[in-house]
Amino acid sequence: MSLLTVRGLTVRLGGKTLLDGIDLDLGAGERLGLIGESGSGKSLTALAVLGLLPDGAEVGGSVRLDGTELLGLDDRRMSRVRGERIAMVFQEPRTALNPLMRVGRQVAEPLRRHRGLSTRAAAARAVELIDSVGLPDPERAARAYPHQLSGGQLQRVGIATALACDPALLLADEPTTALDVTVQADVLALLDRLVDEHGTALLFITHDLAVLARVARRVLVLGGGRVLEEGTLTDVLRAPTHDYTRTLLAAARATSFTREA
Amino acid sequence: MTALRVLRLVARRPTGAFGLVWLGLLTVGAVVSLFWTPFDPQRTDPGSAWLLPFTDGHVLGTDRIGHDQFSQLLVGARETLVVAVCSALVAAVVGLALGLVAALGPRWVGFSAVALIDILVAFPTLLLAMVLAAVYGSSLGTVVVAIGIGFGVAVARVARAEITAVRGTDYVLAARVGGAGTGRIIRRHLLPNIAPTLIVQLSLVMALAVLVEAALTYLGYGSAPSSPSWGGMLHEQQAHIAARPLLVIWPGLAVALTVLAFNLLGDALREATDPRLVRTR
Repeated sequence: MSLLTVRGLTVRLGGKTLLDGIDLDLGAGERLGLIGESGSGKSLTALAVLGLLPDGAEVGGSVRLDGTELLGLDDRRMSRVRGERIAMVFQEPRTALNPLMRVGRQVAEPLRRHRGLSTRAAAARAVELIDSVGLPDPERAARAYPHQLSGGQLQRVGIATALACDPALLLADEPTTALDVTVQADVLALLDRLVDEHGTALLFITHDLAVLARVARRVLVLGGGRVLEEGTLTDVLRAPTHDYTRTLLAAARATSFTREA
Repeated sequence: MTALRVLRLVARRPTGAFGLVWLGLLTVGAVVSLFWTPFDPQRTDPGSAWLLPFTDGHVLGTDRIGHDQFSQLLVGARETLVVAVCSALVAAVVGLALGLVAALGPRWVGFSAVALIDILVAFPTLLLAMVLAAVYGSSLGTVVVAIGIGFGVAVARVARAEITAVRGTDYVLAARVGGAGTGRIIRRHLLPNIAPTLIVQLSLVMALAVLVEAALTYLGYGSAPSSPSWGGMLHEQQAHIAARPLLVIWPGLAVALTVLAFNLLGDALREATDPRLVRTR
């Protein structure tokens, strides 16, 4: 049985249909890339899975995690799923951390909430987690405020926070887009390694084919709130059946040519 | 961040140092006046009327009926400080409660709260205080409640805007993704992040409260005329402003310096509590 099963997921907001019948399957420990241009509904799919859609959004369809229906679950029970079973890494590491809270405490938050760890135990575990994502001097980093760390370091902290409770599913929403190209590779490698070690299923959202090729084999192409194509990355790359996928590919080629030139 | 560290950071700035020193002196003076004043502030002594400063031990001189002005200022500081602090507390409670409801409540509740805030902001605080005093009798309590509500709604408006902004940030979303509930998000993320703005607002409220309290007692709506207050002193001495301008200047200066001190202290506090502005070693 698959870990995450999404059937006919539909989201309407203010009379506009933003997601139109998304189907998606993800097995335990599997990886899936979600690709599409901005506004195609990639991030919205992730938020819908988490039950964190904006106020006034109408949701239809079904989102099941381990057979449990998540849509329509009350906020109390849903907040137990969030952070514990499903976690997320954000695009902008700088804005995803509270500027007034020490980094260590932010990593410790989910541990205290879901694992019931004491302040001290959670703080100690937070330092271990920060160490595991390869930050030099983890004790010092745990005491730092977000503005004292670099973007790449903050994204590592974001990954540490997301994996704190060993979730079954990790949603990564363009986790490398905001980073320097040199740092991107490191962060991707880290994500790749940790997800592997923890056996976490990964839903990787991106619009960058090159980045996606590094972390996932299977890909779902979204466009206009619909699934346009699904298959292994190589199949989709070799024989794109949809116009939109072709445009995406052409765009990727164009940019890679200009980079080489 | 510990309170002591914040205090040290505040004291390091000239503005903060001035605010701390003046308000510190004022507090000490007010406390001392509970036990001792150079002269009995209420004693009328026609024999030592109209004395100039530094005569017969009257540091700031005496008025028409021989009241020692310095003693009166000391006792008046009590009322000023009590009103400033209590009004700010009331304003903080009113502002935060209304602001939270307006920002986080269901749509129609939020809308009603905003409408209420807008109506109350448009209502002059001085007038509100006079109406309350007319209905419930003039007392310190009425003054505090009137100032607290009058400026609390202004605080609420700022609080709502700030809460709405913070609520839309990624780190609040990240906290919700981490499983945090509304209460935890308010405590851990919303309140700390709006605190710097709120502190500045409340220091402004304190400054304005000093001003409004003086105005109300001057107009006769504040505390009983028998208890010395800065506004009461202004009221007493205004008739003789041409003959003895100094007697009006002392309480006027006290009010002006205190208003300034609260404003500067608020600014220094905001800078000291914001880690983004604190230089790291």
